[in-house]
Amino acid sequence: MSVKVLLPNAFQKHTDGTKEIQSSAHNLPELITEIETSFPALKTHLRDEQGQVRRFINFYVNEEDIRFLGNEKYDFKDGDEVLVIPSIAGGCSPHGDTRFAPSQLCCCSYCGQEECSCA
Amino acid sequence: MALAYELRCRECGKTYPNTPLSICDACFSPLEVHCDLEAARGSFTREKIAQGPDSMWRYKALLPVPEDYVPATPAGWTPLLAAPRLASRIGAKNLYIKNDAVCLPTLSFKDRVVSVALANAQIFGFDTVGCSSTGNLANAVAAQAARLGLKTYILVPSDLEPAKILNTQVYGAKLVRIDGNYDHVNRLCSQIAERYNWGFVNVNLRPYYAEGSKTVGYEIAEQLGWRLPDNIVCPMAGGSLITKIKKAFKELIALGLVEEKEVRFFGAQATGCSPISTAVKTGADHIEPQRPSTIARSLAIGNPADGIYAARAIRESGGWAEDVSDVEIVSAIQELAETEGIFTETAGGVTTAVTARLYAHGRIKADDLTVTCITGNGLKTTDALAGAYEVERAVRPRLSDFEAYIEEQTEDRAILEGASVR
Ligand SMILES: Cc1ncc(COP(=O)(O)O)c(C=O)c1O
Ligand SMILES: [Zn+2]
Repeated sequence: MSVKVLLPNAFQKHTDGTKEIQSSAHNLPELITEIETSFPALKTHLRDEQGQVRRFINFYVNEEDIRFLGNEKYDFKDGDEVLVIPSIAGGCSPHGDTRFAPSQLCCCSYCGQEECSCA
Repeated sequence: MALAYELRCRECGKTYPNTPLSICDACFSPLEVHCDLEAARGSFTREKIAQGPDSMWRYKALLPVPEDYVPATPAGWTPLLAAPRLASRIGAKNLYIKNDAVCLPTLSFKDRVVSVALANAQIFGFDTVGCSSTGNLANAVAAQAARLGLKTYILVPSDLEPAKILNTQVYGAKLVRIDGNYDHVNRLCSQIAERYNWGFVNVNLRPYYAEGSKTVGYEIAEQLGWRLPDNIVCPMAGGSLITKIKKAFKELIALGLVEEKEVRFFGAQATGCSPISTAVKTGADHIEPQRPSTIARSLAIGNPADGIYAARAIRESGGWAEDVSDVEIVSAIQELAETEGIFTETAGGVTTAVTARLYAHGRIKADDLTVTCITGNGLKTTDALAGAYEVERAVRPRLSDFEAYIEEQTEDRAILEGASVR
C-alpha cells in the first residue's frame, strides 16, 4: 500500500527541496512519524514546545480536510493523495534570500507555466 | 528610504523583510505586518489625520505602504450613524452603526483590505492578482484591479449569489467557479499560489490585506470624537476583521490618540457556519472545522484562517460570540432596513440579529456605547429576500382607484391587527 504525499513550499527548506514523497503509512500519526524520520531537520519545526504538531498545519486526503474523515483514525487507502498545507499558505518562500525577485520564482506571469517565456 | 513596517511571525516572532509571504518558514504559523509606531508618531496625529483625505488613506502612516504611495482608489471613510430606532426595538440606549454597506467602490468593507493588498501587489511587481472569495472580496479585487490595469483570477464556490458573480465579471475579471465550498477554494488557492507567480490578496499577500481592516477601527474612534466604544459587534468569516479592529484600537492607545480602554469584542456568525462562535462558547483553544450551510454565504468559512486569534481576542476582551439561524438573519435584514434605512446583505443580518440577542441576554448593557459593524450591501444578496414581499397588483392611474386601494389596505391592516372593521 502506498499513498502520495505533497509537501508545501514552506517545508522545502527543511527537506532539501523534496516536494513529494511516497509513503506506506497507514494513518496520519504514522505519516507524521515517517516524515520526521525522513527529514530530521523538519521535526523541530513541525512540532511545538509541547511536542504537538503545530495547529496551523492542515492535512487533506483527496481534497477533503482529514478532520472530516476521522482525523487520526482515518485509514489511508492505496492511491490516496495526501496534501500538507499550512493555513493560508502560499507564495514562494524567499528561501533565505532577503530580496524578493518575482522573476526568479515559479511562473513569471499570466500563462502560469513554471518555465514560461511570456515575461 | 527604509520602510516602517515588516513581517513578523505571530507565534515565534521571527521577522521577515517585506515579501509576498504569509507563513513563517520556521514554525509554519501566520505572519503579520508589524508597523513601527515610533516612526508613525510624528505623522499620525489628530491634526494631520483631520486634513484628510476623506478616505481610509487618511491613516496611511499606519498602513503598510511606502510614505509616498499615491492610492488609486479612495475606499473607506464610511458613515458612523446613531441608530436610535433600532436601539429602542432591541433594548439599547446608545447604539451606533458603522455603515460599510456604502463602502466604495464595491459596497463592502473588503474594499479596504483590497486597497492595501493591491498596493503591495504592485510594489512586489505582480502583473496578475487573485483571491479566493465568498463574494465581496471577489467584487473588490475585480474592481480595483481593473483600475490598476492588473490581470485577475478570482476563485469562488460554485453556489455564490448571482449578483456577486456578475459584480465580479463586469470588471473583466476571470472568474473561476469551483465545485466545492470556500474551504475547498481556499486550499486550491494555496496550491496555486505556490505554483504561479500571482499575488493572491488573501493568501500570499494576506498579511498586507489584513492591515486594511484596521481602518474600520481608526474610523470608529475618530468618528466618536477620538474615543473608544464600550463594545464592538462584528461579523466573522475568516476572523480577520475583528482582530484587526482590536489591533487598531491598541495602536491608537499606544500613540496616545485615545484614552486607554478595554473594549469588549463580540463576534457574530450564522449557526450554519459557526466554528469561531462555537470555540468561544465552549472555551476551546482550537477551531473545529465545519461544513457550512447557511444563506450567509459571505461568512461561510468552515475552517477560518484567523479563527483562533478571533476567539482569543474576544475572550481576552471580556466579550462573547453568538450565532443565529437563517430565519433570524432575514428578519434582521428587514428590521435594520425598516428602522434605520440601511439595507444590508446577509452578513449584516447576522450582525444585527446577534446584536439584538446580546442585549436580550444581558451580555451588553443598555447604556453601553456599542458600535455594530455592518459590512456589506443588501443589493448583493436580494435572493435572501425572495418571496418576502408580494408583488402588488397594478392600480389604475385614477384617483378613485387609488382611494379604493388605500381603503383595501386599511381594511387588510385592521384584519391583520385583529381589530374590527368599521
Ligand atoms: C460582508 C462581510 N462581512 C464580514 C466578513 C468577515 O471578514 P473576516 O473574513 O475578516 O472575518 C466578510 C468576509 O468575507 C464579508 O464579506
Ligand atoms: Zn514562526
